Amino acid sequence: MPVARVLDAADLTRVVGRISHEILEKSHGPDDLILLGIPRRGVPLAQRIAERMHSIEGVDVPVGSLDVTMYRDDIGLRGARPLGTTDVPLGGIDDRIVVLVDDVLFSGRTIRSALDALNDIGRPRAVRLAVLIDRGHRNFRFAPITSGRTFPPREPRMFGSTWWKRTGWMRCCSARPRRVAHEAPTECH
Amino acid sequence: MTSTDILIRGVRPLGGRDVVDLVISEGRIRDIGSGLMGTEGARVIEAGGRICLPGLVDLHTHLREPGREDTETIETGCQAAALGGYTAVHAMANTQPVADTAGVVEQVWRRGREIGLCEVVPVGAVTVGLGGERLAELGAMAESAARVRVFSDDGICVSDPLLMRRALEYVKGFDGVVAQHAQEPRLTIGAQMNEGALSGELGLPGWPAVAEEAIIARDVLLAEHVGSRLHVCHLSTRGSVEIIRWAKERGIDVTAEVTPHHLMLTEDLARSYDPLFKVNPPLRTIEDVEAVRAGLADGTIDIVATDHAPHAHEDKDCEWSAGAFGMLGLQTAVGVVAEAMVATGSMTWEQVADRMSVAPARIARLKDQGRPLIPGEPAHLTIIDPDAPWTVRPELLASRSRNTPYVERTLPASVWATFFQGQPTVLEGSLA
Amino acid sequence: MRHLLSATDLDRDQAVMLLDTAAELASVTDRAVKKLPTLRGRTVANLFFEDSTRTRLSFEAAAKRLSADVITFTAKGSSVSKGESLKDTALTLEAMGAQAIVLRHHASGAAQRLAESGWIDASVVNAGDGTHEHPTQALLDAFTLRQHLRDGEGDLSGLRVVIVGDILHSRVARSNVWLLRTLGAQVTLVAPPTLVPFGVDSWPCAVSYDLDDVLPEADAVMMLRVQAERMTAAYFPSAHEYSRRYGLDAARASALAEHAVVLHPGPMNRGMEITADVADSPRSLVVDQVANGVSVRMAVLYHVLADPGSVLGEEPA
Repeated sequence: MPVARVLDAADLTRVVGRISHEILEKSHGPDDLILLGIPRRGVPLAQRIAERMHSIEGVDVPVGSLDVTMYRDDIGLRGARPLGTTDVPLGGIDDRIVVLVDDVLFSGRTIRSALDALNDIGRPRAVRLAVLIDRGHRNFRFAPITSGRTFPPREPRMFGSTWWKRTGWMRCCSARPRRVAHEAPTECH
Repeated sequence: MTSTDILIRGVRPLGGRDVVDLVISEGRIRDIGSGLMGTEGARVIEAGGRICLPGLVDLHTHLREPGREDTETIETGCQAAALGGYTAVHAMANTQPVADTAGVVEQVWRRGREIGLCEVVPVGAVTVGLGGERLAELGAMAESAARVRVFSDDGICVSDPLLMRRALEYVKGFDGVVAQHAQEPRLTIGAQMNEGALSGELGLPGWPAVAEEAIIARDVLLAEHVGSRLHVCHLSTRGSVEIIRWAKERGIDVTAEVTPHHLMLTEDLARSYDPLFKVNPPLRTIEDVEAVRAGLADGTIDIVATDHAPHAHEDKDCEWSAGAFGMLGLQTAVGVVAEAMVATGSMTWEQVADRMSVAPARIARLKDQGRPLIPGEPAHLTIIDPDAPWTVRPELLASRSRNTPYVERTLPASVWATFFQGQPTVLEGSLA
Repeated sequence: MRHLLSATDLDRDQAVMLLDTAAELASVTDRAVKKLPTLRGRTVANLFFEDSTRTRLSFEAAAKRLSADVITFTAKGSSVSKGESLKDTALTLEAMGAQAIVLRHHASGAAQRLAESGWIDASVVNAGDGTHEHPTQALLDAFTLRQHLRDGEGDLSGLRVVIVGDILHSRVARSNVWLLRTLGAQVTLVAPPTLVPFGVDSWPCAVSYDLDDVLPEADAVMMLRVQAERMTAAYFPSAHEYSRRYGLDAARASALAEHAVVLHPGPMNRGMEITADVADSPRSLVVDQVANGVSVRMAVLYHVLADPGSVLGEEPA
């Protein structure tokens, strides 16, 4: 399967920077912000955004993770998956601005599940979304606050990202579509 | 004038190499030889060189009538028997009511004669109501029209040693034989399958081999002591074969039977928890199967007896411990013996004739069955095609019940024709 | 994993995944809303032919925490009368919409029969079948051991577990032997010779008739319930002799290593296989076992119904 690079390590650094700035701008600063990465690939991304925010504002923005496997509506279709960790930072989400972080926004199912999960955890003041790639083929309506790259709805390519833990690099890539159009992107190299 | 004579062209008696013709007249073999013409108006049947044996005799069948006609009647049982090549079956006594009086055995006997597909020989119970407490009227049953000679509480062991002794002694008065279902009740309380590593793993209470062997050992010594003959039903373990061998070497007058399923199937089938494989005595280990095969081949085990045991659908379509014990056997016996004994080279068809016709008839004292294939003898015949595989399917079974463990299994040989009293009951594999 | 019938259905990776899933699900109790919507609109049926309030409630709680609807059928008595056949009852429950059936039955192999007979399409979870298996009990025991002796992660490699009691009649013992072995633990069974199954030497564990001999080396001791009625069938001469030779009392408990823990699947026969003071001591993890049972059963129900082979997998998207 031919793989093309959409964002390389250097691009990613710039995109993370832009995303971090945009979030801080829209929220008028880091107060009451809390970043929740969606496992698996949203988690290291949320970490990088938090680190960048620290170097911009000099403040520690709480960062954690929110696994949504048990909130999905497609049980029985894809088999049981191992659960990711849900780690809500101390202090919870009540009256905070929650920024959900994921690598690719596609149908929006994951985000919809995440909203249901947040509902069961507490009552945030606002919920925003940050993604690297917005594919635009959404089944649910909401607009992310910020995205690295946007692609038009007719875009047939699949998207994925790879995270190298050791080096802290991240890279986004795309590939020709597989048979089933609505399948979520999987990891590619 | 239409003749009831029959000319069967092209059979190999006892599986020998010579292909001959056979003329049947008035219920007897009139002539055997090559190029026979037969009488005028005789029916001609082309047997194409298939094997001819004396009609098979089953010493152990459950016909369920009276009492459980929902599972089998004497008629459907006889149909299954004929399709299996049998010209005589012994109907076990555990009916409802129990066959422990002259009245019940005569009823069964008469019904068999009415149907006329094979000889139905009732087996009389040893004890009243199979209760194991006092002897039934063995003499009355022997003197009845049914002329009972084989007595058995089958289903239940005659476990009281004193009662067994008395029964062995008493039947000497009319050349009867006690057929023991060897199962020490105290060692098999709640037993479900063979006791071994597998039963421990599956969590099913075990039926240890020693519960069978201990009774056989006791009974052969009793038979020796009182000078009577003994028959042992459905032998299933290696140890039992060894005890019988030892007893015969000592000159004890004991005979033994093995079922087709104990020649073929092992306890591993219980892993499915499907009660289709639940039987008493239980399916045993591969070592036991090998031992009973060797015992049958060398004559330590005298006969094959089916222990045909029909059961209602709901008594098998359930969890293992709720299932009834027993398997069908009449229609599949020849195929199973062919696969287990003939195809493996352990026995010839002539030996099969001995184990499935001649010897059972002798043990049961049936004077017309298991006879040599020579002119003058009664024409009870089984014609077997040794190279006609067939797949066991429910719709092919004549029995009212369907509990065969061989379903969807292909057996190598089939019964092509059965002749009872000189007339075909089965031709080309179907009821005539 | 469309059904869970036996501990042998799970290989090491599957078992660890279930334990990991259970660990995540345990934290649901810390949330504001202590439920997950995963099985909303689905029906789980509890089909209990044997009385067991404890296990039944545990499965009910697990199903409800996943937002499933629960229907329960309990049958009294040790024999199944014609109107209460396993097949009929299961068909009735499926007709009422059950997509998973949790079965406890007095016949060994009942769960496997229900799953493989073709009577129903629903998934089957074995909640105890005769003297055969009780896989969710083994999972919650393993979970509890992992939590206390392996920091809640990975498998149980190298753990030395001793199981004491009526092994012959115990489905808990069987499931534990298979699962502990799959997870890398070493198991020793301790019982009088009459209460050890025929052919146990082919099992992947050691056997000892001497409890005092094995206690000092044990990391965990699992006590099984022993019924005093067994002495009428000559398994042991008296309850007194049994508890003297095989009971866990304070003296024996003090012979255990400091870190060693005590488990019991319940219900306990205090005074018979275990004394009250040991049952209530800090070593005893009995209460944890019960709590862990719910998370473990949630994990099992999720995995069974999420399997593409389950009834849910066949529904139109």
